Amino acid sequence: MMPYVATALFAAPLPLAFINWHSFFFFLFAAVACGFAVAVVAADNVVRMAFYLVLSLGATAGLFFLAGAEFVGAMQLMIYVGGTLVLLVFGVMLTAQAPFVSIKGSGRDRVVAGVVGVVLLAVLLQAALSVTAWKQPAAGIVAEPAATPIGMALVGVRVDEPGVGAPAQNVRPGYVLPFEIVSIHLLVVLVGAAYLARAKRRKTPRAIEVAASVEPPASVAEHAAIGRDRSRGASVLSGGR
Amino acid sequence: MLPGLSFAVPLFGLLTEPVSVAHYLVVGAILFVSGIVCMAIKRNALGVLMGIELVLNGANVNFVAFASPYLQGAGSRSLGLDGQVIAVFVILLAAAEAAVALAITLNFYNNHATVDVDRADDLKG
Repeated sequence: MMPYVATALFAAPLPLAFINWHSFFFFLFAAVACGFAVAVVAADNVVRMAFYLVLSLGATAGLFFLAGAEFVGAMQLMIYVGGTLVLLVFGVMLTAQAPFVSIKGSGRDRVVAGVVGVVLLAVLLQAALSVTAWKQPAAGIVAEPAATPIGMALVGVRVDEPGVGAPAQNVRPGYVLPFEIVSIHLLVVLVGAAYLARAKRRKTPRAIEVAASVEPPASVAEHAAIGRDRSRGASVLSGGR
Repeated sequence: MLPGLSFAVPLFGLLTEPVSVAHYLVVGAILFVSGIVCMAIKRNALGVLMGIELVLNGANVNFVAFASPYLQGAGSRSLGLDGQVIAVFVILLAAAEAAVALAITLNFYNNHATVDVDRADDLKG
């Protein structure tokens, strides 16, 4: 039965025959990306926000594939969705005590932020739609791998557009220097994150500890607190908040 | 038949035409503004982080759109490989930023027993 349905569907002068499938999937991924991005803003529960963000960034990877940038799309899926968001979800799980799962902002802040957001969006859309060269329809995707040119360019050899002119000018610079800078940056960040996260976890959060402690004379309490917190540099003298 | 159909279903005209750079710019603008608003109204530190991720992602969409030679019309030149490499670097730096920001957030949570950014006012004079 299914073949007949399909034949009837495609043979009949139905709108299906006129659909540009590249555009169709673009609008599909764009709707998912934008819809869940707005859902991240609208949600109050931080766990749901993390899940919506996963869907939004995954759909954005689909947009990258549709633009012919499959290496960037793969990086987006592997590093962003597979790495960064897993890190964020771990952060959510480590801090998801009951009062912090959904912290609501004040209504006035939301109204102001909404007005500013709408104005900013209007400006950006006006700028995006004002250039006629950007509105020319696409020529269409030609299958052409992009990973090899990027990999060669990162080690300093451009294979995508050889330079024109004399042999001396025939060498186009690759991206060795940015690659080195990013490498050093990642190393520094790795060391810095390990240093920041190295502190030992408290058994009980400080507010509970301060509230639960009986009240000895102030000088004794401060002395004990300083001794306990010296390694962490916490400002106990300002009092429990 | 096609104009009649487009007239009947206004959005169907979008599906029959190829996309252009402007389509990608609109998506990037929506992601960017969502991230800005998310950074502004969330009081959870992790929510602010998610807003930053959205902003970086909106910028990446623009870079990839301008880099794609297939989305350009006749006569205009794309960014080529530059845009894609910048997008990859932005993804890497976003990962690094998320790692450091998460370490700071966890440290703040250990010391103050909260992730509410409005409570981080120790430096206030």
